[in-house]
Amino acid sequence: MATASTSLPSAGPVSGSRSFLSRLRDGDEIARLITFVFAATVVLISILLVLELWHDSVLPRHKFGLGFFRTTTWNPVEGDFGALPFIYGTLVTAAVALFIAVPLGIGAAIFLAELAPPRVSDTLEFFIDLLAAVPSVIYGVLGIFIVVPLMRQYIAPSLKSILGFLPLFRGPAYGLSFLTAGIVLAIMIIPYIISVSREVLLSVPRDQREAALAVGSTRWESTWKVVVPFARSGIMGSIFLALARSLGETMAVAMVIGNDPKISASLLAPGYSIAAVIANELAEATSELHTQSLIELGLVLFLLTFVLNGLARILIVVTSQRGAGRARA
Amino acid sequence: MKRIAGIIVVLLGAAAGVLWADALSINGAGASFPNPIYTKWFDEYHKKNPNIQINYQSIGSGGGIKQVTEGTVDFGASDGPMNDEQLKAYQDKHGSPILHFPTVLGAVVPTYNIPGVDATLNFTGEALAAIYLGKVTKWNDPLIADANKGVKLPSEDIVVVHRADGSGTSYCFTDYLSKVSEEWKTKVGKGTSPNWPVGLGGKGSEGVTGTVKNTPNSIGYVELIYAEANKIPYGNVKNADGVFLKASLASVTAAASGAAKDMPADFRVSITNAKGKAAYPISTFTWLLIPEKFSDSAKRDAIKGFVTWMLGDGQNYTEALSYARLPKEVVAKEKKALAEIQ
Repeated sequence: MATASTSLPSAGPVSGSRSFLSRLRDGDEIARLITFVFAATVVLISILLVLELWHDSVLPRHKFGLGFFRTTTWNPVEGDFGALPFIYGTLVTAAVALFIAVPLGIGAAIFLAELAPPRVSDTLEFFIDLLAAVPSVIYGVLGIFIVVPLMRQYIAPSLKSILGFLPLFRGPAYGLSFLTAGIVLAIMIIPYIISVSREVLLSVPRDQREAALAVGSTRWESTWKVVVPFARSGIMGSIFLALARSLGETMAVAMVIGNDPKISASLLAPGYSIAAVIANELAEATSELHTQSLIELGLVLFLLTFVLNGLARILIVVTSQRGAGRARA
Repeated sequence: MKRIAGIIVVLLGAAAGVLWADALSINGAGASFPNPIYTKWFDEYHKKNPNIQINYQSIGSGGGIKQVTEGTVDFGASDGPMNDEQLKAYQDKHGSPILHFPTVLGAVVPTYNIPGVDATLNFTGEALAAIYLGKVTKWNDPLIADANKGVKLPSEDIVVVHRADGSGTSYCFTDYLSKVSEEWKTKVGKGTSPNWPVGLGGKGSEGVTGTVKNTPNSIGYVELIYAEANKIPYGNVKNADGVFLKASLASVTAAASGAAKDMPADFRVSITNAKGKAAYPISTFTWLLIPEKFSDSAKRDAIKGFVTWMLGDGQNYTEALSYARLPKEVVAKEKKALAEIQ
């Protein structure tokens, strides 16, 4: 901290007499200070965000307490608010999206990184990055005009006839549903999983592969048993990036989920998500309690993302230790 | 070089000064439903009075009420009148009340998609309430069929579609349902985003229309202006005098003149289910929210000037944009009320 005072330009009269080295050192200090401020800003923004959400949701927190998380009524007219259907919808759509996107994404990443010729891999990578950059409202339109009719006419009826014995696939199918939202989300997050996983797989050292091949394993065995486990924590990272994206996705989900705050076991039923209800209702929320309840939902989403990310970190640490342990054994 | 740069800076500054000094800028925010006509009005008014520039942000009625109460804009706009609580909040903060001025009229129409049915269907208020309560679930239910003799309605489940986003359209529609159905009034009530007992939520008018178009045997509701602009077929609704009417600019204006007789002094009135044979029942005013007291007399005069123009020549722009114009009775009352602004 003593060095900080020397870094202030006003500390000396004119710096001409000082040596070049000390000025450079001063420059280092300034750079350090500035970049530190930038880094601290990120933390500060997160803290301010939580404080603001906390501060602006006083009314519902006092009125409903923990009941906010347990009750299922959302009635702006009567001023009665419960978050459970939205939490449920957010988690279910994200789970469906990961269920579809993870195998597809990782499979594609393995092909691109390990099996495809480099030229094919690079070309495809270009399109995948393009997909990742498409605005979500475009995916919403795609959902409304393609996925929803497909869902109503083909996917839902066939799911019902094959898997109708499960409570997951029962009831009338309107096309707007948890499943539709999950599929649209899956389409949106697959590029993330592929792109990041491919990079991670490509960065696995060559000697790992060569060693595996040298002891007589096939190409696929070296990929599946050596390269993929080596890249495991990076692949996990890509999945959690995708999870975060699907939890917070607003526009595309609002367009295809059906926007009905109900908890249904069936994936073919309409539902609602936290991000979607905030986007839908905040602009026209006329009572203070309504506005603040929506803000509290924002806080819930923040916490949900926070908790899931925390769990993800723990999972990565645990699995990578196990991986390392097995490698040693 | 330096001198030239200096001269340019001075000239730019002077030019900006002239622009800023001359145009009085007035800011408003609120309802999105009247945004097209407001934009047209403010534009036309600026052409006639180049020194007055009115800016309008269509952020939603709730936002409009909030911002005018907080004093961040000069006037607000809303599709639903402010309630007593909100009026009191304004009065407490500013020490003087805020006034409502109806500008144009809108209407909400039922739209449906039933394969094999091309006829324009008749809906009673009871039928609409029962459908949206989830009590009538089949299209050939007597409650619907009795009003549509000669139309062969299928025995299919009705798919109910409503707005998912908070909106003045939902407010108007549920306000109407609350008037025609006691059960709706007690179970659901009226609001910009009520707790819908059944149905799918479409985001925005386009979401509702898209869902209805894509879903066989569905019913939804949209603004008349939206249905007209997008050539969406819509049904007739039975009015308070027992006549089945298709919404039109004339029948919506008729609803307002029907209500004009009992118009309260503050214009906070719902004109759904209005009396009169020619009155379309799901009609509504949309309001400008203007403070009674202005600290800036130039702004006050500009706003009063605009409202006077809007009530006169401005009304001629409404029909081209599918808004129904204000009836004469209401215009006369508003002109009187304008004098209250100080």
